[in-house]
Amino acid sequence: MGDGQGIDRRGFLSRLTRGAAAAAVGGVVWGGFVREGQNAPLSLRPPGALPAQDFLGKCIRCGLCVEACPYDTLFLATPGDRAPTGTPSLTPRQVPCYLCTDIPCTVACPTGALDLASVTAEDGHSLDVNRTRIGVAVMDYHNCIAAWGLRCDACYRACPLIDQALVLDYSRNKRTGRHAVLLPRVEPDVCTGCGLCERACVVEKAAIFVLPREVALGQVGDNYVRGWDEADQERVNPDGGAADQVDRSGKGALDYLNDGELEVDDD
Amino acid sequence: MTEQSTGPHSRHIGYLVARRVVQILVMVLFVGGNLWDWQVLRGNLSSSVLLGVVPFADPLATLQLWAAGGLLASDILLGAALTTLIYAGLGGRMFCAWICPMNPVTDLANYLGRSFTWFRAGSKRDPRRPLGRSVRYWILALALILSGVLGVAAFEAISPIGMLQRGLVFGLGLGWWAVVGVFLFDLFVQRNGFCGHVCPLGAFYALVGRFSLLRISHDHTRCTACWDCLKVCPESQVLDLVSKGSGAILSGACSNCGRCVEVCHDDALKFSFRQQGISLPSGG
Repeated sequence: MGDGQGIDRRGFLSRLTRGAAAAAVGGVVWGGFVREGQNAPLSLRPPGALPAQDFLGKCIRCGLCVEACPYDTLFLATPGDRAPTGTPSLTPRQVPCYLCTDIPCTVACPTGALDLASVTAEDGHSLDVNRTRIGVAVMDYHNCIAAWGLRCDACYRACPLIDQALVLDYSRNKRTGRHAVLLPRVEPDVCTGCGLCERACVVEKAAIFVLPREVALGQVGDNYVRGWDEADQERVNPDGGAADQVDRSGKGALDYLNDGELEVDDD
Repeated sequence: MTEQSTGPHSRHIGYLVARRVVQILVMVLFVGGNLWDWQVLRGNLSSSVLLGVVPFADPLATLQLWAAGGLLASDILLGAALTTLIYAGLGGRMFCAWICPMNPVTDLANYLGRSFTWFRAGSKRDPRRPLGRSVRYWILALALILSGVLGVAAFEAISPIGMLQRGLVFGLGLGWWAVVGVFLFDLFVQRNGFCGHVCPLGAFYALVGRFSLLRISHDHTRCTACWDCLKVCPESQVLDLVSKGSGAILSGACSNCGRCVEVCHDDALKFSFRQQGISLPSGG
């Protein structure tokens, strides 16, 4: 900057324009590169990770979670991987998450990119690793030999939340007419995405595998309500239905009919 | 801690050797922390824990995360504050010369450029200066702006330093190529191009170190104007008072690498604690 003295207005404007142009071009290229890295939606993050964009906004890429993991499950992405470089990730088919009850990776995170609150039990004190949502296991029934009717329950047996996150549905084997099909089915609300099932799957390329929840799961939206589920029904009557209480509400449906309050046409 | 007595052997490369020892030691401790569970230093240069207790954090990375919109946990803020304080005292860019693993790479390019005539980036025969010294500050500003716009630490996403220092501890992948790129850039495009013109982390530490206590000081009465210091200095503009006046090198861009002290045959340069401003010439 030493040559700044004695510069005329034209020179100044010219330099200003050049500088601004360089910054704009550089910023666009740089930003585009970073944005492309952000759009790598298939990365699986360690337990407790915030939703993808929030996670990237907080992860400082220090690798303390990687070092804390006793199973060498986690690794930091390098420029060759399809994830923002330096961010922690896991590949369950190689090493799944063994769901340590003390969750050392999440505890080690200095920035809160791995959010301890998300894996804390409802009592607010103890850790509950089963609240981990690394992703969700997804089945490819076309290549699942259990779905063919063969006797395989490797994924089911491997699941740390057996019969909760991964259940077997029994059905008749229509092909043979005399055997059963034991079909594994994932319960997405319970599945932690640890990937022990993916690791255990016996076929060449796993027929059950973990995907990020944002990728694998649909969203019903607000239009449909599970009326049989009290918690879900709350969405329709957020005040517990209090406003719907009228004089007649105190009576049961049976009394309502028996007392003859309703004109019944018994034609 | 790292200063060595200037015996006859260490006189010319004592600081250089000390710097390499510190650089290697830090990385070895990190690698040991990852591979063998050493508790001395865990994490990497982005954020680490010393002896299982003391948190450190790259203050620029923390600043980018803050710009990216994350309210940050206290651990990282404490670490960033501690790191900033230490470098503010020791000379901000002390990180660059004594810790950063990219420094040996660019020093090698610098050395080759000085030693062999065919690498002439920035020399008199090839006076191209594609980038000014202030470019790094603009890149620093851009890094913070982009972090805010994109919601992610923008420089950390592309930083060759990050790729190298993380890579040494956790595996490099294709990060090698970023390091090779920096080396070739410094060798063929611009002398000291990366550390001296581009790197926003160096720019950040230059700002942090503006008022640092530990500084190089010059005694112009001893100086014979051989200019060896200027030849070896990666930020030669900071030595503007050499042979002209005495006092401390106050520019934040000085990385306290100590090379000028070593090459000076006249004992006109030495490490010292900051005096009050520039002292008056002491001799006639």
